[in-house]
Amino acid sequence: MIYTTFMESAYVQSLPFLIDGLKITVMITVIGLFFGMIIGSLAGLGKLSKNKIIRGFWSVYVEVVRGTPILAQALFLYYGVSEDLIGLNISSFNAGVIAIAVNAGAYIAEIVRGAVYSIDKGQHEAGRSMGLTENQTMRYIIWPQAFKRMIPPLGNQFIISLKDTSVFSVIVVHDVVFMAKEYYNTTFEIFETLVMVCLLYLCITVPTALYLNRLERKLDV
Amino acid sequence: MITVKDLHKSFGDLEVLKGIDAKVDESEVVCVVGPSGSGKSTFLRCINLLEDITAGEITIDGDHLTDPNVNINEVRSQVGMVFQHFNLFPHKTVLENITLGPIKVKNLSENEAKDVALSLLEKVGLSDKADDYPDSLSGGQKQRVAIARSLAMNPKVMLFDEPTSALDPELVGDVLEVMKDLAEEGMTMVVVTHEMGFAKEVGDRVLFMDEGIIMEEGNPQQIFDNPQNPRTQSFLSKIL
Repeated sequence: MIYTTFMESAYVQSLPFLIDGLKITVMITVIGLFFGMIIGSLAGLGKLSKNKIIRGFWSVYVEVVRGTPILAQALFLYYGVSEDLIGLNISSFNAGVIAIAVNAGAYIAEIVRGAVYSIDKGQHEAGRSMGLTENQTMRYIIWPQAFKRMIPPLGNQFIISLKDTSVFSVIVVHDVVFMAKEYYNTTFEIFETLVMVCLLYLCITVPTALYLNRLERKLDV
Repeated sequence: MITVKDLHKSFGDLEVLKGIDAKVDESEVVCVVGPSGSGKSTFLRCINLLEDITAGEITIDGDHLTDPNVNINEVRSQVGMVFQHFNLFPHKTVLENITLGPIKVKNLSENEAKDVALSLLEKVGLSDKADDYPDSLSGGQKQRVAIARSLAMNPKVMLFDEPTSALDPELVGDVLEVMKDLAEEGMTMVVVTHEMGFAKEVGDRVLFMDEGIIMEEGNPQQIFDNPQNPRTQSFLSKIL
């Protein structure tokens, strides 16, 4: 009796919908962070540049993104820029990916900058004094060491960005939160559905966090 | 080989080098001694432009370092530098530390670079450490690897910035031994050091620096046994 009630409740019935949404959530996070990593690396290294203009440009980017809420950024990208400004109709999925890339890029920039900055300056001098160029020194000596130090904070950024995607339901991204709203708007099982939403997030974030802890100890950073 | 003319270096308002004139001939071993803060390390670091020069002129083998047309990477590849804190690359094995420069700067093949590296490791007595990572080596071993790494570029000049200052006393001897062999082979060397024994025995000439200028220079006997400048006298009386 209890078993049948449970099986027919939103705890179980909402799952197929929510998992469809979770796939979108994870895809946006992963693709967004892929591009965010590229933007963040450029921005992080740009902020360490000796060139004032490059440094200024990336500093403004980082401050603007970090100083505004991601919800506003997503709305701005989807309705403001794409429809109003350039009349381009990007899909909500793509808008979500761009929003994560741009948003996480700013935080990753600080991760990259901090990690590169933390490498002993003697490493740079040793590279340059043997005749390596600035770029070769970065590529073969500084970056490999810095990247190791970036891994734990990057994992942390993954968790943050994964949760950030939840606000994209306002730009009609069919993520797990959007799917939950769709579901409980017809069944009115709000509590049960949202419990499942939280559990699904935790299914990804908790193992990630545990893995990161282990990795951190292993990498000894 | 090296000519330095009226070299000045300031960090902000602080003038560290106040006009250095010096010459190093081929195969000469010049030791630079003096109290902390005298500018000896800065002087050495200017010779391969690890520090920007505020004013003055440096030539190495005819190349003017301050000439904008000079390829500084090219010049640096011909000037080996050994640091106080070794600055080995911790993410690379001993062998990879040594082969990186020859492969990337001199475009040697991996095998050629490896042959060079292995013969240099033998020379510094560390053949068995080729595949180890720097973290597993003692300080003395690290510094010998760092010397091998610099030699792999086949430099015309070797600069040593207090190469034994970060070592435990019992490890200093091995490093000095390697440097002595190098000197005997005719390598041109500039050595900033606190090892007066080494300066006396191996140095052809000693420069005594204080307050950003060369206070006195001469052969080791002159400087150590019969110093003329009162600053040299008081420095030596404190350490000998």
